[in-house]
Amino acid sequence: MTMRAVKASSAVRGIKLVVAVLIVAALGLFTLAGGRGVEAAQGGGVVNVYSSRHYGVEPVFVEFTKETGIGVRFTTGSDAALRERIRAEGRFTLADVYLAVDAGNLWLAARDGLLQVVESATLTRNIPKHLRDSGNRWFGLTRRVRTIMYHPDRVKPAELSTYEALADPRWRGRLAMRPATHPYTQSLVASLIAAHGEARAEEIVRGWVANRPQLIDSDTRILETLAAGAADVAITNHYYLGRLLEANPAFPIKIFWANQGPGERGVHVNISGAGITTHAPNRANAQQFLEWLSGPRGQGLFSASNHEYPANPEAPVHPIVATFGEFRADNLDLGELGRLQADAIRLLDRAGYR
Amino acid sequence: MQNECVGATATRQRGWRWQSGAIAIPLLIALLVVCPVLIVASTLVTPTSAIWQHLWETLLPLMLANTVLLLVGVGVGTLVLGAGLAWLVTAYEFPGRSAFSWMLLLPMAMPAYIMGFVFMATFDAAGPVQGFLRTHWGGAGWFPEVRSPVGAIVVMTLVLYPYVYMLARAGYRGISASSLEAARILGHGPVSFFWRVAFPISRPAIAAGVVLALMEALADFATVRFFNFPTLADGVVRVWHGMMDLRAASELAGLLSLFALVAILIERSMRGRTRYHEAGGKSPGLSRIQLAGGWKWALTALCSLVVGVAFVMPTAQLISWALTEVVRLPTGAARVYLELAGHSLMLASIAAAVAVFLALILASGVRVLGQSTARFLATVATTGYAVPGPVFAVGILLTLTPLDHALNRVLESWAGFTVGLVLTGSLVGLTYGYVARFLAVAYQSTDAGLEKIRPNVTAAAKVLGAGPWRLLRQIHLPLAAPGLIVGAALVFVDVMKELPITVMLRPFGYDTLAIWVWQMAAESIWTGAALPALAIVAVGLVPVVLLTRAAQGD
Repeated sequence: MTMRAVKASSAVRGIKLVVAVLIVAALGLFTLAGGRGVEAAQGGGVVNVYSSRHYGVEPVFVEFTKETGIGVRFTTGSDAALRERIRAEGRFTLADVYLAVDAGNLWLAARDGLLQVVESATLTRNIPKHLRDSGNRWFGLTRRVRTIMYHPDRVKPAELSTYEALADPRWRGRLAMRPATHPYTQSLVASLIAAHGEARAEEIVRGWVANRPQLIDSDTRILETLAAGAADVAITNHYYLGRLLEANPAFPIKIFWANQGPGERGVHVNISGAGITTHAPNRANAQQFLEWLSGPRGQGLFSASNHEYPANPEAPVHPIVATFGEFRADNLDLGELGRLQADAIRLLDRAGYR
Repeated sequence: MQNECVGATATRQRGWRWQSGAIAIPLLIALLVVCPVLIVASTLVTPTSAIWQHLWETLLPLMLANTVLLLVGVGVGTLVLGAGLAWLVTAYEFPGRSAFSWMLLLPMAMPAYIMGFVFMATFDAAGPVQGFLRTHWGGAGWFPEVRSPVGAIVVMTLVLYPYVYMLARAGYRGISASSLEAARILGHGPVSFFWRVAFPISRPAIAAGVVLALMEALADFATVRFFNFPTLADGVVRVWHGMMDLRAASELAGLLSLFALVAILIERSMRGRTRYHEAGGKSPGLSRIQLAGGWKWALTALCSLVVGVAFVMPTAQLISWALTEVVRLPTGAARVYLELAGHSLMLASIAAAVAVFLALILASGVRVLGQSTARFLATVATTGYAVPGPVFAVGILLTLTPLDHALNRVLESWAGFTVGLVLTGSLVGLTYGYVARFLAVAYQSTDAGLEKIRPNVTAAAKVLGAGPWRLLRQIHLPLAAPGLIVGAALVFVDVMKELPITVMLRPFGYDTLAIWVWQMAAESIWTGAALPALAIVAVGLVPVVLLTRAAQGD
């Protein structure tokens, strides 16, 4: 009697509803999973991209499809997660192309055997040697320059020179930088290690730390902090300034190319780039895709979509970025950034850079 | 008489037989769910000493200290806010009470990392508050550093207190008017009643809420980073993504799950040995206390403050960002959003239903099958919640892919063809990931719901010959329904916000609202992240509000 009363309560109806939803949803789940699988298996006219770049890539892919008739399907994720996925999927992977930011990620994918060798005269002609893997397993597609930014009201460009010089006590309390957790900081420090050796690099980083930089985990926010007057000098990637200038041409922050003096190594450059996975199901399409991205048209679109510099020296540069002027780049072999990244993190930890 | 005795003996024998067989079901659930955690934890057996030594000499002491600080801060914060506010809206009548009773849940739908960024964008040096101070008071030098432990604890408390609030409210609801009446006769006012009756009775529910909040805080790796507040979870991601050492990261994650176990043990002790059960029958519930003028407006102000800071302010900021973005949206964007929202909704509903179903089996198993073994299995099955998402996602991947590859090998040798990956990268794998991770959420609520059923009800049903399924279906399910509904709502919202597992395991090109937020946020395009974030809040809220209203029966 009591039990019946309870049973009739509205709560039980709620539970029944949930169960019904569960059953319907489970059916939907299987049909949907099946549908996707079929689409992937046909494969003929597509290239599948695992990409850790997601900003502005879609219009570029659309353009590629328009020109070649090859569809581009892509899924996004963090660099490390996508690598683990390609590794775990093994010979059944859907991924043809691994598109990543930061040379370290590409270097690691190649080291772990996730990428295959691509012998392509087009790619080796279009992409300069220091921007690709020595074994031709990955190719840089855009260059991102990490350099010094300043507020012209409070800093004269003549006061600026190198990354190393930001360790000078005159910058105490005036710096804004990215935390040690971010790959941008890590690869900059890796380039310091490559240039100076660990002991000297650690001295430099300790000098930065002694200046008590504000650590802000967003390059955009760092630039806005400079603009608000809460810091005077910062290190960020160049394209964040490009983006802010596009939204607001009066944005007050200026760019300074670091380490340009005679005998200095040039400004720190990293890349976004791509390689073809070892078990790529659509290998020929993938190669065509990379070759197109390395050509003048693909390069122009791809780099401009994020205000980056093209890897191919022949390709046009976005007009806002062109106003930043010429610079000399550190021609360090980018594989070194990958090799030294873990050392760089340990160094940052030791130096108390958080 | 004779007949009855024989019947009882037969029942006891039958009962003994199904007990030994039925334990297999919770055992299977626990095994399935714990696999990813085991894979992660198994690396602890043979530690890679080099990284541990480096960490110990540099960041590990700080990370440990920060993790403890975070747990204490968030624990106290969510307990006070959650249990306190729930009591105020349950026991007192004040202007706006019934609206606040559900509005106080709203911050739950706000992902912590979004809240963290909005908070930062508002109060940091480049934000409007300090900007205002600079222009109108000639400086903001005295302004406290926003990127600080306090900032992290405040933000996490504000988004996590609704877990405690929701469960506490469900707990208080069982208190009958007669007990308050009895307390009054004995000379106890409402405050004294809270400390002596309401709080102790609801302790299992409140403890369950606090432990959920603590586990969320333990596993968070994104919000703490905004505040330059390295915790163990942050360290796990740091070691994996930075040092590119997944193995060492798993080891660190293993250490983190020890913290989770400690949190669970603390919860068990918070529940206390004593069990409180309401006297049976359908009680009319508390009649609310009318307050004098000043006091009742004070309560209104307090609730407005919490809702304002934890929900209205961040939502307003998101809306203003979204408005700048809406004008730039390409045509067809609405259709894309609809599709994303559909994906999010479907995933969240499936995961919530499956998780609650399994949680009910586990929690009921604890009561039907005796405490020790089943209780242990249930505890084991819920540890996944405290492992940071990114590492847990790898655990899932490493659980599923061997199965997939084995299936293909078998097919290839027997039938000469392969089917590719049917678990990894399918919605089946994704659902498995969500359920394995969020089973704790469903279990805590379900268990707290069942806890209030007097053991003699279960015992009576057993004596009357009810088998485990009948017991579950006809006794435990109806009585624990409010707890189940709360559990489903919590899992639903958690899945809506979930990121690392979705990123890692979703089918190729299958995007959700959270994925879009992440893609924009990863590029620091906060105006672009605002719209999908608002959509998460909106989509996540509707079922929460509906479910809680259904649970209340009003």
